[in-house]
Amino acid sequence: MTITPLHFLALSLLLFGIGLLVVLTRRNAIGILMGVELMLNAVNVGLVTFDRVYGPAWLDGQLFSLFVITVAAAEAVVGLALILAIYRARGTVAVDDLRELRG
Amino acid sequence: MTDWIYVVTFYGVAGVALLGALGVLFLRNLFHAGLSLMLSLFAVAALFVMLGAEFLAGVQVLIYVGAVAVLILFAVMLTQRITSRSARQYTRALVPAFLVVVVLAAATVLVVWKVEIPPLGTMPGTSAIEELADLLLSTYLLPFEVISLLLLGALVGAIVLARKEERK
Repeated sequence: MTITPLHFLALSLLLFGIGLLVVLTRRNAIGILMGVELMLNAVNVGLVTFDRVYGPAWLDGQLFSLFVITVAAAEAVVGLALILAIYRARGTVAVDDLRELRG
Repeated sequence: MTDWIYVVTFYGVAGVALLGALGVLFLRNLFHAGLSLMLSLFAVAALFVMLGAEFLAGVQVLIYVGAVAVLILFAVMLTQRITSRSARQYTRALVPAFLVVVVLAAATVLVVWKVEIPPLGTMPGTSAIEELADLLLSTYLLPFEVISLLLLGALVGAIVLARKEERK
């Protein structure tokens, strides 16, 4: 029995699917943010797997996931600040209660 | 990789990562879901070590487990009223959401199935970190600098958004 890149990619797909389910089903905006973080992580697993497959001479996969991690951190910071501002103004962070823009 | 230790470790770590992710999906208490997310992120860091990306594993633990997950837990605690037991935690669109995910996963599998992927290469040595640093300060210098601007913008933006309004 050996571990092939397909094992890592299958895990990546499963994590991405669970993350997407979290995003689509959670009502709480913070829960949705958790789902987004899960999806970003799943993509990073895929990137690093391909980085490893195409050899030590090729580090672009690792670099790209490094940038993904950094941008994800910035996204989380701004997203949580927005959620806190919405909570202060409206007293809720449930995404289907925020329907001011609905015609 | 034929080493059985590697195989056993992979399945163990993958199981922990999936368990954590499922916890994020199914735990009703959002604080517990956040802790579960931490577990999953930690397992992904272990996967990075298994793939020979030690530096990335360190970054993952420092930034994700150490900073982002803690920040999320803080946000959960600051908005505690909505995590009460009585509040509804899931939307009504459970079945459509599940169908969307299944279709997406099936499409991905169909595409990946047709691609010939070579086996995992040899484990890179410790020189990979050195090369990473070289690339970051030569080929990828511009994105590296741009991302520092992005972080500065995020920092200022978060402070402006999250502070209390001053009464005039």
